[in-house]
Parts: sequence; C-alpha cells; structure tokens
Amino acid sequence: MKNVPTVNVDRPRQSLVERTYLIPIFKGLGVTIRHFLRNFFGQRDVATIQYPEVKRQYSERLRGRHILTTKPDGSLRCVACYMCETACPAECIHIVAEEDPTATVEWEKRPLVYEIDLLRCVFCGYCVDACPKEAIIMSRVHEMAFTTREEAVVGIDELRQKGPIESEDIGYRPYF
Amino acid sequence: MTVSSLQAPAPPHPLSDLLPQEVGVRQAADGHTELAVDRGQLIEVLRTLKESPATSCDLLLDVCAVDYPERAARFDVVYHLTSLGTGQRFRVKVAVGEDDPVVPTAYGLWRAADWFEREAFDMMGIRFEGHPNLRRILTHEAFQGHPLRKDYDPGQRWMLTGDETMVPSWVKDAHEDDGEFETAVLNLGPQHPATHGTLRTVVRLDGEVITKAECEIGYLHRCFEKMSETHGWNQVIPYTDRLNYCSSHINGAGFALAVERMLGIEAPPRAQAIHVILSELSRIMDHGVCLGAYLVDVGALTNFWYFYQVREEIYGLIEACAGGRLTLSYSRIGGLAHDVPADFADRVRFLLGYIPKFIDDVDKLVTANRIFRDRTEGVGAISAEEAVAWGWTGPCLRASGVPYDVRKAHPYHGYDQYTFEVPVASTGDCYARYLVRIEEMRQSLRIIEQALATLPSGPFITDNHHVALPPKQKVFTEMEALIWHFKLIYEGIKVPPGDAYACVEGGNGELGYYIVADGSGRPYRVKVRPPCFAIFQAFPHMLEGHLVPDFIAIQSSLNIIAGELDR
Repeated sequence: MKNVPTVNVDRPRQSLVERTYLIPIFKGLGVTIRHFLRNFFGQRDVATIQYPEVKRQYSERLRGRHILTTKPDGSLRCVACYMCETACPAECIHIVAEEDPTATVEWEKRPLVYEIDLLRCVFCGYCVDACPKEAIIMSRVHEMAFTTREEAVVGIDELRQKGPIESEDIGYRPYF
Repeated sequence: MTVSSLQAPAPPHPLSDLLPQEVGVRQAADGHTELAVDRGQLIEVLRTLKESPATSCDLLLDVCAVDYPERAARFDVVYHLTSLGTGQRFRVKVAVGEDDPVVPTAYGLWRAADWFEREAFDMMGIRFEGHPNLRRILTHEAFQGHPLRKDYDPGQRWMLTGDETMVPSWVKDAHEDDGEFETAVLNLGPQHPATHGTLRTVVRLDGEVITKAECEIGYLHRCFEKMSETHGWNQVIPYTDRLNYCSSHINGAGFALAVERMLGIEAPPRAQAIHVILSELSRIMDHGVCLGAYLVDVGALTNFWYFYQVREEIYGLIEACAGGRLTLSYSRIGGLAHDVPADFADRVRFLLGYIPKFIDDVDKLVTANRIFRDRTEGVGAISAEEAVAWGWTGPCLRASGVPYDVRKAHPYHGYDQYTFEVPVASTGDCYARYLVRIEEMRQSLRIIEQALATLPSGPFITDNHHVALPPKQKVFTEMEALIWHFKLIYEGIKVPPGDAYACVEGGNGELGYYIVADGSGRPYRVKVRPPCFAIFQAFPHMLEGHLVPDFIAIQSSLNIIAGELDR
C-alpha cells in the first residue's frame, strides 16, 4: 500500500468506567433527555412531517406527473416527433401521430394518441430533456393512486395543461 | 534526442519474463494490463500474477463473461485483478467456444471467485471446472437458458412449480454433527425483519449454534445488465440509481465515469467537484442507514432516528439539485443533467454544521455502551488475509486493517486534491465495522468542506456535442443545435469499440463497471462489480460457530443492499 494516510479507530479494552455499565448509560440518557427537553420546550427540530395534513415543500425541480403544454390557442405544442418516446428508459410513452389539419404549412404533425403508463414511468425527466418544443414538462404532483391498471394509462385529456401555466404546480422543466 | 532512439523497438514488457511466451500482453487505455490467455494456461498465469512479487495480485475483483456470437470462440471470460501493494490492475481474458464453454476455476487461488463464477455460469453458461458449488445464483433453479447470451429472448417466460425451492444438499444429512442438542434447520429470510433486503439464509443449528449456512440471493434481480444492452448509454443512468439505493448518486457518477473513460473525455471541473460533494453526502447517508438499521437490530432504536434526521436533510438538498430524492438520475455522461441551485453552497454549509451533532450524539450513546460492545466485539471477526481472499473492499475490509480505498488508490473526480484519511481498525469484527463507518462519515465531511471551498465555476457538462445534449435555449433557436439534439436522442452516443473498467468507492466498497462497446449507440455489455456481492459470499462461512442472534449483528454490520446484490 503506497503511503495512504490512515487513522486508526481501534478502541482500547473497556475501561473500568465503561465496565460499570451505569456511567455510560447515564451519559447516553443525557443525550436523549437533551433532545427531549429541547423539543419539548423550545425549538422543535423534528424531521417528522404530519402527512397528509402537512405536506413537504418540494423544490421547483421535483419530477412529478407530466403536463402537455398548450399554445395560446389551446392546441397542444406537441408535434409528435417521438423524441420523448425514444428517450424514455422505461418505455412508458406511446404516441400515434396524425396530420394537423389546422396547420398553416403542409405536413405538420400532431399527436392523435399520447399515452403515458404512469405505473411504468420512473419519473427520470428524460422526456422533458428530449422535447425540442417544451411540449412536455413535469408538475410537482406526486400523489397518484389508481384502482385499476387501465386507469394508470393517461392520455391527452388527462395530461393536457388545465389553465394558464402559472396556475399549474410546475415542477421539472428545461433550463434552470 | 537522436533519431535512433526514436526508432528503437519498444522494450519488452516487464511481464514477459514471468509469463509463457504465447500470452499476449497489452497496455489498455483504461490503465489495465491486458493479458490474452489460452484456457490451458489460465491457472498458471493467474497463479503467477498472484504469487510473483512483481505483480502480487491479491485481490480478485470480478469474473464475468462477454458473448460474441459471430466469433468462432464465442465467449470471453474476463478476470479483473488488482494488487493492493502496487496498485497495478490486470485484465485477463480467456476465449472459449460455444460447444465447450469450460474454464478451470480460480476458486483455488481466490475464494472471491466463488459467487462471481456462479454468476458467469448462470448468466452465460460458462462452466468452471472444479468449482465446488456451481449452481445458478441470480435466477431460479428452474430457469432455463442463460439470459445474458445475445441469442436469449428476454420475452420468454418459464413456468415455476411449487416444489422447486432451493434446499441445500446438506439439509438431508442433518445428523452428522449432532452435538449436545438436536439439530434443526432454520430458514432466515427472505421475509425476515432483520434481512433489510431480500436475502434467504438456510442455517443448520446445533442448539443455538450455527453449524452450517448457505445463502440464496436473486429475489430482487431486475435484469439490469440485460436491460442496459437494449437502451442508450445515458438511459442506463436511471437504472443505476436502483443499484445501491442508499447512495444512488455514486452509482450514476461511476457509470458516467466509465463511459467518459471510453470516450476519452473528462467531466468539467465543476461537475467533478459536485460529483464529489454529492457522493460524499450519499456516503454519509449510506453509512447512516447502515448503522441506524444495524443498531436497531441489536436493540438501540434512538440512533436510527438521529441518522434518519440527517438523511432527511440531505435528501432535501439532493432533491433540490436533481429533482428526485431516491432516484436522482442526476449524472449524465460528460457531467451533470443541470447545474446546482443558486443556494447550493449555503445549504451544504448548513449541512456541514448540522450533521456532526448527530454523529456525535450516536457516538456518545453507543460507542462506550457496554451492552453494544459485549454484543459486537469479537463477533463475526475476519482477518485481513481472509477478507482479501474473499474479494472484500470498502469499510468492511478496512475494519480488518487493510487501508484500501479507491479514492486513494485510484483517484477519480479529483479526489487526490483533497486531504482526508482512511480509517482502519484491526480486529475486523462487528464493532470495528461500526467504528470505521462512524469515522468515515467524519472524513466525508472533511472532503465536502474542501470541495465546497474550492468549488469552481464554469460549465456543468461537457460542450462536446457528440456526447451532451446542447442547452435548451440553443435547441429552440439554432438549427445546428437542434440537429445535434435529434441525432443524440435518436442514435445515442457513439462510444468507440473497445472495453474499459472504471471503479469508484461506493458505500460498501469498490463499485466497478466493466463496459464493452461496439460502436453503436448502445452498450454491448455492461457488467457491474457490486461490492455487496463479494462481501456476502463470505457471509455463510462467517456464520459458522456463531449464535442465531449473532447472525443478525453480522449481517447488519456488513450492510446488505439487495439492490446491488441482485441487480
């Protein structure tokens, strides 16, 4: 071993004080009683959160349920380019494209079907990174419960942005 | 310099005197000396590497196989060795054909070969001649075929009938070592409150003394290696988060490091420093969870809460950086997914003041406590020679007195710039493993402090557009960036053909990735060298002669992480 600086953590045999058992126990009780008194009377440094009455405030990067963003006219920004489907490590996104009849140029695509299987999704955010149109972002909604597997496959209607973007609980989105 | 000295033939490799003439010696780009060996000479070469003073490879790190279906000799069996004394690393390759995939076992040289060879047999169907217990290990006994072979269809399903459960052969001859008490066979796990992961251990008891034990693993096998072969390089990173789920960041950083080595690039200094800070915070969490659970198992509950309070605060910071608490997906090949938040330095500084109080509290409660010392001192002791023979690394090896730490022996991410010490103990028992982990948490805090003080500014990911996605502003506004973005997503990173092994110091020891690329956008083969795997192959042997309650203390002190044990 080429001169690695080490620190030896071996401890000597139990001293007489340690062998009495009681003195270290009182020292230990001192630690727990200090915690108890501090939490009882003054500052509460308790990590427990009384969920679901109280909820943790997550950062603006939290990767929760997806949102499909819309243009000002209410149509989806998604152009069905399949980038998110390709980038997804969990293979949970399914897209079927169709031609956009309202487009001003020819051969503009839009998604006919856009489904995410939330039970397969690992919430890695790769779809958001892959999207070249900022058409898929993530919210901070992380409480998702389903009663059947079919319910967990959500489509355009469930994913579409509900109102103005400020009103959504925005989580992970590109560039910070 | 004269012309003649430029044209002088390369000096013969210093190994060529030691080894047979036919052995091809080559210096690989990842710092390994690579030997291509014929099957008949394998044991001789391995013995030379182990016993010759010039090489003295005392640690067998990994045995795995790689499948090349189009080759005549279809499989490569690959051994990774290192010398603790000189730090040299060796990779030995043996090619064998499909019709006769037999290789002599290395179990006689290193006991570490035990489970690694079983895994290569299970996954690739390589038979190791002379191996004492060559059975399947990660898949079920009733499984058919070898899943990591390229022609194996992963969509197949195998019917499992009820009577196909693993029963060790020695269970039947229960009466041979009847002592004072009646012999009994007991199943501990996989659903046992003290087996924090899923580990099944069958033990034979003489009264309350364990006389024989055997482990069964694989309950959490998720086909990590097979899945990696069907996804792009960056897409593997979310899978690595599930390896050692107590310190997820280290896994992703290690995988990215391995691929970066193959690409011949380096993450920018800022990304490396952030990797160091988050890896050390992850190590504190990993040790905290391990010790917290360990102390609960031996009856000290309070410490668990103190460590979990620390862990909660660290997860808060990690979530603010990465967007996820347990499954970060924060590393990318070439750097990080995005920069840390603006208040990162303040939050790390807060943690530097916050964490030591809890470590000190646990120290005061437990270290001098006679109940704990009596319960753990001398229990599960393993000598340095044995630990090395079993392929141990990490805190468990250091508790036996071997100061091997990847951060010191093979520095990565700029660990050589930071001043820290490697904690070692000499007794190698459960108590020593506790002491080493406590001290390692303090050393990690030292590293974080230094890394934060010198945290460079600058980019957080390489600007090489063959590797990293361009910034989103550019993708939205510039044509070239959009093209690179499309090409990277659809085709993936083009890693040049070849192989590389890179290792980082994980929570439990050396976490290695052996990666083979074929030039396409996907890994050809990814092999993880999980530290837990080597440690737990020694576990049944350590149990012999101990009591059933010691089983709990030993297992918890070794820190079982089923995610990386089973992959």
